Amino acid sequence: MAIVLMQINAFTAHVLQLKLRIYGFHAAKRIAGDMVKGRNMSNYIKLIALGLVTLFAMIATNYARDLAYQVHAIIVMLVAGGLFLYTLRQTGEAQVATGSLQNEYFDSVVRAGVVATAFWGVVGFLVGTFIAFQLAFPALNFEWAQGFANFGRLRPLHTSAVIFAFGGNALIATSFYVVQRTSAARLWGGNLAWFVFWGYQLFIVLAATGYLLGGTQSKEYAEPEWHVDLWLTIVWVAYLAVFLGTVIKRKEPHIYVANWFCLAFIVTVAMLHLVNNMTIPVSIWGSKSVIVWSGVQDAMVQWWYGHNAVGFFLTAGFLGMMYYFVPKQAERPVFSYKLSIIHFWALIFLYIWAGPHHLHYTALPDWASTLGMVFSIVLWMPSWGGMINGLMTLSGAWDKLRTDPVIRMMVISIGFYGMSTFEGPMMSIRAVNSLSHYTDWTIGHVHSGALGWNGMITFGALYFLVPVLWKRERLYSLSLVSWHFWLATIGIILYAASMWVTGIMEGLMWREVDANGFLVNSFADTVAAKKPMNIVRGLGGVMFLSGAIIMCYSRWMTVRKAPAKESSLTVVVPAE
Amino acid sequence: MSKPVKKFDDDPNTTGHSWDGIEEFDNPMPRWWLWTLYATIVWGIGYTILYPAWPMVSSATSGALGWSTRGDVAAEIAAVEEANAPMNAKLEAAELTAISGDAEMGPYAVSAGSAAFKPWCAQCHGSGAAGAKGYPNLLDDDWLWGGSVEDINHTISHGIRNEESDDARYSEMPAFGRDELLEKEEIDQVVNFVMSLSGDAQDPAQVAAGAVVFEDNCSACHMEDGTGDRSQGAPNLVDAIWLYGGDYAALSQTVNNSRYGVMPAWNSRLTEAQIRAVSAYVHQLGGGE
Repeated sequence: MAIVLMQINAFTAHVLQLKLRIYGFHAAKRIAGDMVKGRNMSNYIKLIALGLVTLFAMIATNYARDLAYQVHAIIVMLVAGGLFLYTLRQTGEAQVATGSLQNEYFDSVVRAGVVATAFWGVVGFLVGTFIAFQLAFPALNFEWAQGFANFGRLRPLHTSAVIFAFGGNALIATSFYVVQRTSAARLWGGNLAWFVFWGYQLFIVLAATGYLLGGTQSKEYAEPEWHVDLWLTIVWVAYLAVFLGTVIKRKEPHIYVANWFCLAFIVTVAMLHLVNNMTIPVSIWGSKSVIVWSGVQDAMVQWWYGHNAVGFFLTAGFLGMMYYFVPKQAERPVFSYKLSIIHFWALIFLYIWAGPHHLHYTALPDWASTLGMVFSIVLWMPSWGGMINGLMTLSGAWDKLRTDPVIRMMVISIGFYGMSTFEGPMMSIRAVNSLSHYTDWTIGHVHSGALGWNGMITFGALYFLVPVLWKRERLYSLSLVSWHFWLATIGIILYAASMWVTGIMEGLMWREVDANGFLVNSFADTVAAKKPMNIVRGLGGVMFLSGAIIMCYSRWMTVRKAPAKESSLTVVVPAE
Repeated sequence: MSKPVKKFDDDPNTTGHSWDGIEEFDNPMPRWWLWTLYATIVWGIGYTILYPAWPMVSSATSGALGWSTRGDVAAEIAAVEEANAPMNAKLEAAELTAISGDAEMGPYAVSAGSAAFKPWCAQCHGSGAAGAKGYPNLLDDDWLWGGSVEDINHTISHGIRNEESDDARYSEMPAFGRDELLEKEEIDQVVNFVMSLSGDAQDPAQVAAGAVVFEDNCSACHMEDGTGDRSQGAPNLVDAIWLYGGDYAALSQTVNNSRYGVMPAWNSRLTEAQIRAVSAYVHQLGGGE
């Protein structure tokens, strides 16, 4: 409901702008006066909607069948009620026409996104480091915290916090920044972008509290229950509208490659989210729901979703980020336009079929498993196309590696991208998978991609963005960036190396048989053998987390202390 | 608005596009990249001809090699079973007591037993067989139902207090408190007496009275001296080894509500050779008699 209203608002603002052009300034001024009344009118509709939502949430709180649902109803009630009061206070006040702002890029929402990314990043890394130590020292699953802070509850909190809260905010913020710059247009939809930002934060809070209180549908990376999924759907459609609206009203003749990737990411994630969350709620007053897919079909849908969450959320979306920030920071043209077209379409076409490699040697029919493996291997070069384009963009600017730690971050992130996109196809080969599957090798693979590729490219992009968005001449301290770089890099290496060692060891121990073909090790033997590597992994996490905390400090000081940029350089949308 | 892009004289042409200062070179795709992509596609086509791959109307193509994951696993299992068949037959025919002494059968039974123990028995008894609360330690010489290899074999085959096997070991201690067979005061006394058998009683004043209660209610199974009776699975109470705990609270719980430990019968899940191997394995862990 709220989204429709905001779109109406945005539409009226757009109409106002059109009329400005048609009737000239004086006429527009008169229209703007009428608009104030119109705004008030829409405020009444907004008040009715918010009032109804608040009322519904109150009833839901009363009838709630489980704690997670009840807490969610209370959160929704407080948010909707608060917005109701806020809107009520605004109604009847004279509104400032937004005409002058229309000439500038919509950067306030990007600034908020940069802060949210850093915040959720630290939260996600902290939880991850803690659960790494829980695996090394099970006593950290405290008796008093059973049922909300044991490993089983915290693990989805960690994965969702880093993928959706840290990664998602990074993608939303950078895509909003990039699409405006490369389309030379202000974000479409006015305050709809703020709705996307705050709506997404609400989704994160609902998902996280749900996990801790047991509201989960137990699908990896898709744990939130039906009511949270519905909310995310609304937010995601609004995100698509803002992004696509901006691309459509662009003033550049062509759509930049970064925007292809972002659009592919937004559209595909919407599709994945809908299909994998086709559930029927047990009750409208409870969080429990039942999935419509059954048995191996459910498993296949889940991993079709799970793999493409990696493919489109963590790969396509972040490639979009790379395609803008790497050429900007290197100040060099993109290496090859042809390569970007071919590797884009090959990647988009191939990724979607690779999911079955998560289900080798299961109830999944062999034919599906073969196709998943074949598509994964053909995917190798299309993935590397992005790496080549990223690295080769730096040719002619390699000297910057010595002086610019931000470029160094971007380069190592592309390096990790190339490594994980080689490792992935390799692990999808059935013979390799029979050793690697269910072991820590998978965890190491995921983290060299997530920490190395997604983490580092995000850090690089944010180091680029902070001085621009807060209009500072430069970063507060490059040596702090260097510290962050080295702590994060060594942290990732400790993490990935320990998980390779322990994963391969685990796989070999599981399959170890004696001369008569009898298994040699019990499962608990392998758990005991992993302990030293589990500790090293935890230390890697501590280093990565420390780097992120240094980053937060350095950004804060950039905003507070770095010299301001001259106002003449204020970014302005080119005149229409 | 953005910094000018650095260009060199020997740079290739750009496509002419520019977004926020970003341009694109008109470079061709790297040859090695393109040829590797083609090679993976060709390989992919070949692989899907050889292996089960393409879904058709009612089933999928089964592949020129006739390979399947289930067939693969079945062949591996069949090969091991075939290789071990003579040994397993020997194991099934042999006297239980003769197995460990046999130069061939002994080591075989230990590794086969250990392999069966790890997935099936370790959940309760621990991967090192040291047990846990409620699950007996198999390393010591304290046996509830007997520690000879025949006794162990019977326990594994038929289990304890289950409904699967008619020959399951069975006994049941009365719930003296819950079923009001003893007064609260008497339970307190007998618990103190039992504690005095293996160490310190919590309240020494109650021990003498507890001895009388024990004599009247417990000695039929646990024997007058408290050393227990293996034919009934009645634990030895004087050896300071406790299955459910030997402190006041745990013993009160036992006397009030009794215990009813269950073990499944394995003769319906494991082969006779496997059960014999596990018996030999457990017997040689340290406490076998």
